[in-house]
Amino acid sequence: MIIDGAGRLAKGPALLLILGAALVVSVVSVTNGAYPLTAADILGVLIGDLNDEVAKMVLFDVRLPRLILGFLVGAVLAVCGAILQGLFRNPLADPGLIGVSAGASLAAIAVIVLGGTWLGGWLDLAGAWALPIAAFVGGSGTVFLAWRIASRAGHTSVATLLLAGIAINAIAGAGTGLLTFYSSDEELRSLTFWTMGSLGHAAWDDVAMAAPWLLLSLCAAPFLARPLDAFLLGEQVVGHLGYNTDWTKRAAILIAGLGVGAAVAVSGLIGFVGLVVPHLVRHTLGAGHRVVIPASALAGGTLLVGADCLARIVVAPAELPIGLMMALIGGPFFLLLLLRTRIA
Amino acid sequence: MLLHVDGLGIHLAGKPIVRDLGFQLDAGELLVVLGPNGAGKSTLLKGLAGEHRIASGQISFAGCTLQHWPKREIAKRRAVMPQRVEVNFPLTVEEIVRLGRPAEPLSQSMPVLLELMDLLDIAHLRYRLAPGLSGGEQQRVQLARVLAQVWDAQGPVLLLLDECTSALDPAHQQQVFSLLRGLAKQRGFAVLAVAHDLNLAARFADRLLLLHHGQCYISGKPFEVLSETVLAAVYGLSARIIKLEEGYPLVVPRDNGPVPAYASLSPSNTAPVNPSCRQAS
Repeated sequence: MIIDGAGRLAKGPALLLILGAALVVSVVSVTNGAYPLTAADILGVLIGDLNDEVAKMVLFDVRLPRLILGFLVGAVLAVCGAILQGLFRNPLADPGLIGVSAGASLAAIAVIVLGGTWLGGWLDLAGAWALPIAAFVGGSGTVFLAWRIASRAGHTSVATLLLAGIAINAIAGAGTGLLTFYSSDEELRSLTFWTMGSLGHAAWDDVAMAAPWLLLSLCAAPFLARPLDAFLLGEQVVGHLGYNTDWTKRAAILIAGLGVGAAVAVSGLIGFVGLVVPHLVRHTLGAGHRVVIPASALAGGTLLVGADCLARIVVAPAELPIGLMMALIGGPFFLLLLLRTRIA
Repeated sequence: MLLHVDGLGIHLAGKPIVRDLGFQLDAGELLVVLGPNGAGKSTLLKGLAGEHRIASGQISFAGCTLQHWPKREIAKRRAVMPQRVEVNFPLTVEEIVRLGRPAEPLSQSMPVLLELMDLLDIAHLRYRLAPGLSGGEQQRVQLARVLAQVWDAQGPVLLLLDECTSALDPAHQQQVFSLLRGLAKQRGFAVLAVAHDLNLAARFADRLLLLHHGQCYISGKPFEVLSETVLAAVYGLSARIIKLEEGYPLVVPRDNGPVPAYASLSPSNTAPVNPSCRQAS
């Protein structure tokens, strides 16, 4: 059974299809770049036939960490988007919505701009990890803050959470703007990394730091699939069906906070993956989270690796920021989607 | 006694909505809760569904206080249909009905899903997306989902339904209430349904409970509850009660004086817009 009764692709074949696309995109991504590698080169390096030191270095130290990090970040952003959309019962919700991304980038930018002055002690203490750790703490911190504001007597109001997120976003945005205003030219250049996103600096260190959190949120997400399905019918129905509503909400926020915080910490702000991917998956495979979560993970990873590859190719040997690339693809796509739903 | 409510009080935002309410519901019984808008019907139902904290009194279900039931256990015996369920996501009818049985493999729940979709006359909508359905169709889909949750439950079952036929056409209203009555009589389900349609309630309910300002105004058999004085006192409704041969009362609202005259309602304006619209002769 490849097509189900509703005319949608069945889960198994669909996941295999996306996995196939992921493999193709991965190979394209690994072979393209400033130092071209052929698929045969890569195979040679992998099985040890080819003794090209440069090829080895490019593959293992540049392309592979970038591929892995890109895939993980894309997967996490898409899955967190799917989770938050389910939680807010709004297909237009985005990880940026509850303030994670804004908080993470504010913290990172604060370290860049104030690192020489007020935050000098933090730079000495954390060294090379100062930025990503600050971003991670900033991201999770804002989620926690929004969460506390929206919770009263053990209950969390999803609507208040959303509004708190919007307010926190505005405050963090103002803070970012203020810091940008006071930054030097040199600082401004490294700021763009956070505001436009990039996988350009990806190294094994980044993978080692972010992967545990990214994998944790990816592995935890499927456990929320059933209660999130119930959430699609409304918060009260979750309780009627025997799930713990507050526990589900807490777990969803925690997963999204950790995942997106870690993603922003290593790749900066990358929008639209969390919005566009789950949306596409729902419309082609259905809205049940047991399909949406794994399919979003695979498709999100594939999309980000593909976009990263494009970002490297279009203006080679320079590269476009990946966040910019995603906005270029995602913005028009999203408008198209809006127009289509308005007509339909 | 399956459901035992004693001295129940529920507050919303500090205001008492349900006050000192006591009633009982037995297995195999269909109780319809009536009352004017804002009388506390939905709040009562949400209290019984475990959504609202209880300010005073207690609710016991199958001999055990409601708060002491583990969530998962009570979900196997108590199914709840809220007044409104809005679906914004592209779920098919079958997927929604299946949400009532989340833990079961699809192959195992399929016979139940098919039976319920058939019973509620939504089998032909099986693969349609819920957001595109009419209000009445969506309501039947939700009811199928609610029934799926407890369809083959062993032991006591309680159905809590908040205006489950409000969007249905008369034929489907009858169909749904006969189904509910059948479930009560043949399977021993205890059914508590909030409704507005007095005649539907009179026709199908074993007992009626009339709420007024959060308190029980009167409760009993349809003939005991639906009297001219009671309807006038609670709803401010002037009505005639006719005893039908079938054995249940029929409520016919009286003409309450002259209809207010609206200038725009001159006869020429009330004629059917579409000339082909058929006129009853």
